[in-house]
Amino acid sequence: MSDEKPIINIRALAELSRLAVSDEEIAKLEKEMPSILTFVETIQKADISSAVADTSLRNVMRADENPHETGKYTEVLLSAAPAREGDRIAVKQVITRKNN
Amino acid sequence: MDLTKLTIAEARRALDAKEYSALDLTNAYLDVIRVKNPEIHAYLEVWEESARAEAKRADEMIAQGKQMPLTGIPIAMKDNILIEGRIASAASKILENYHASYDATVTKKLKVQGAVFLGRANMDEFAMGSSTENSAFGPSKNPIDLSRVPGGSSGGSSAAVAASMALAALGSDTGGSIRQPASFTGLVGLKPTYGAVSRFGLMAMGSSLDQIGPLTRTTEDAKILFDAIKGNDPQDSTSLPETGRSDLPSLEGQTFQRPKRIGVPRSFLAEGTDPDILKRFEGQIQKLAKQGYEIVDIEMSHVPYSLAVYYIVMPAEVSTNLERFDGIRYGLSVPAEGIKEVYSKTRGAGFGAEARRRILLGTFVLSSGYADAYYRKARAVRSLIRDDFMKAFEIVDAVATPTCPAPAFKFGSKSDPLAMYIEDIFSTPANLAGVPAISVPMGAVNRDGVDLPVGIQIIAPHRREDVLFAIGTDIERA
Repeated sequence: MSDEKPIINIRALAELSRLAVSDEEIAKLEKEMPSILTFVETIQKADISSAVADTSLRNVMRADENPHETGKYTEVLLSAAPAREGDRIAVKQVITRKNN
Repeated sequence: MDLTKLTIAEARRALDAKEYSALDLTNAYLDVIRVKNPEIHAYLEVWEESARAEAKRADEMIAQGKQMPLTGIPIAMKDNILIEGRIASAASKILENYHASYDATVTKKLKVQGAVFLGRANMDEFAMGSSTENSAFGPSKNPIDLSRVPGGSSGGSSAAVAASMALAALGSDTGGSIRQPASFTGLVGLKPTYGAVSRFGLMAMGSSLDQIGPLTRTTEDAKILFDAIKGNDPQDSTSLPETGRSDLPSLEGQTFQRPKRIGVPRSFLAEGTDPDILKRFEGQIQKLAKQGYEIVDIEMSHVPYSLAVYYIVMPAEVSTNLERFDGIRYGLSVPAEGIKEVYSKTRGAGFGAEARRRILLGTFVLSSGYADAYYRKARAVRSLIRDDFMKAFEIVDAVATPTCPAPAFKFGSKSDPLAMYIEDIFSTPANLAGVPAISVPMGAVNRDGVDLPVGIQIIAPHRREDVLFAIGTDIERA
């Protein structure tokens, strides 16, 4: 990484992040991001040969049991949704048929 | 009652002695809020009516002799902690009209105690920032000098307590967001051990870093509030079990031993720290030595990488956590042709500049081809930072640093994102290592004729908040 500057394609990152970003902001970020990355790249100097995985970290799962009563939270959660149809959240069509 | 000096401990005594009622106390704070909030803007919303109702219930508890440590204590809640039915916006346009569907665990615990919720405190959007300048609803001001920031991201919380608009406040700390505002406003701010306080109902920012904690006037008050909100919670998978972790001290049978030795990583402190702050810090260290503490110079070779590690790990987690704001289930939704456009337009319109910057940065460090050099390398260095602390705590009981490299800064003076990020240099190591840390006032430095408070940070081993409270109390005594 040190001898080769990464190319930061802000437009592609915005697309991946599902984030509408104006051309003006993209131009600004193209200037800011490399300086932030240059700063965080100082970690490349750290010698990690002695690093061992933190053994205290593990996934915590609860048993798949004792479900709450069906419908208990339906109304409160649906009332927060921007659009609903009955007991469902209404969304735009996900798959569209291309004309050509 | 003198609200500028009042503590939770003193209010508890006076309430139990019936010197005034909880309703009197709440009304006194509401009066101050009415006068000061238009200028200081600590609160995004004040809950006058419900606060009075809660105070009346607290008075009933006291009348029945059923009071608990926080019964009738008026507090401010950071705007990223859920209270069922009330707006919780994280100071973001994307949640401007979002009403919480449930209570956070800390909220439930405070309700059981009969605490009074005065309002929701301003913050940097989604807790990203060090000044509240990233709030979508305008910044809060530092009550000590209105031309300066109250710190951030819990800057509404710090401003509220410092201006006597609340007796105490809850904040959240991902990289310093409780301790830095406490330092800037002359308060005590505690970031508990990772997992000590449930994060259920706290809007996630950096899930491996976030902790809820108190901002108070004294160390004793910080302990009272911490004791009320801590504890294992099955609804938060990162919540620490009371027992059964071989790598962490068990809470059972833990006996308190007075801390004796404090380590100071001097080579880490020298660079970039305001000379006046260093002077105050060395003066405070000398006082601690006079009080009987042994001061030891320590080397922490990987800790200086903390800020760089933090600005990789945190945006990575931010970009993942903020995926949930998509305009479909709750919050802002911008109508558009297809679902993909609903996502991108909603997020583009709803998130502020700093949130967008961190989402993009996080997406980059996690992207294929770069994740090894950035994210995975940062994780490895993070484990070495944790080791640095583990090794230090074999020789010392606590580590001391200034909380921040400089006192409260003026609005607009840190327009370059990196200049703002440097604020977190001394606070991020504790979040990365998961250890508890407290900021306690250590006097003031003068800027433009104003005495600006500054804090000393004490860091202790996992689960040793008791060490922080003991040293914090000694600092207040000196």
